[in-house]
Amino acid sequence: MVPLWWYIVLGVVLFVIGAAGVLLRRNILVVLMSLELLLNSVNINFIAFGRYHADFRGQIFAIFVIAITAAEVAVALGILVALVRNKSTLKVDDVTVMKG
Amino acid sequence: MDQGFFLLFATVSVITALTMVLVRNPVHSALALMACFLQVSAIFVLLEAPLLAVIQIFVYVGAIMVLFLFVIMMIDVREAVLQRFLPGGNLPALVLLVLLGVEMLVLVLWSDRFSVMEPVAMGGGDDVRQLGTALFADYLLPFETASVILLAALVGAIMLARKEQG
Repeated sequence: MVPLWWYIVLGVVLFVIGAAGVLLRRNILVVLMSLELLLNSVNINFIAFGRYHADFRGQIFAIFVIAITAAEVAVALGILVALVRNKSTLKVDDVTVMKG
Repeated sequence: MDQGFFLLFATVSVITALTMVLVRNPVHSALALMACFLQVSAIFVLLEAPLLAVIQIFVYVGAIMVLFLFVIMMIDVREAVLQRFLPGGNLPALVLLVLLGVEMLVLVLWSDRFSVMEPVAMGGGDDVRQLGTALFADYLLPFETASVILLAALVGAIMLARKEQG
């Protein structure tokens, strides 16, 4: 049987890789994909804890996380398409209109 | 047996995730992330959450990544391929990431809360039925809220991506 902390460590590793993608990459598309990876690593934790403590709420939370992720991706890609149409850039550094 | 499969899926998922972050071309990133999501769904099967594994494949691989590929197809990524990978001045971010990873690993390995070896036996084999009952009975309000959020996102995405009239 796989011990619980293996799953937790996998979640940690995937989370750090996703955070590296968000912080280090400058391409908006890759930043969004890294966000997906972050949410997915959290889902691994939810389901692992739910399984090892015999609780359905882990899986239910994971379902809600997936639903919210789908909504977030749809809106983010809509914003991205509008951004590319108006400013024709994909770099995070070029999108600083809201900076004070 | 289980451990071997877990190690296989975990290794492949970590490698594909690293590929996703390190590769220059966004199309290759999207494909690597797709492979990573497939591995994660295999891990969900190992965790005896078959419904979540199927939802993972349908929603992430089938819908979200295809959406990403459509957007990549619509916009020109050739300029993005050429840009420098790691611009200077992100040393603080690297330090922060290393600190974050080390802190989480130390906390996980130190604590004895995570050393549960055997999963508690679930009641009966009707896992999906119980999950559905719980989702539609106890969690009905969050479920409806999620559907409203999805509807709002649908309308918002259409409004955002539409061409301006006149």
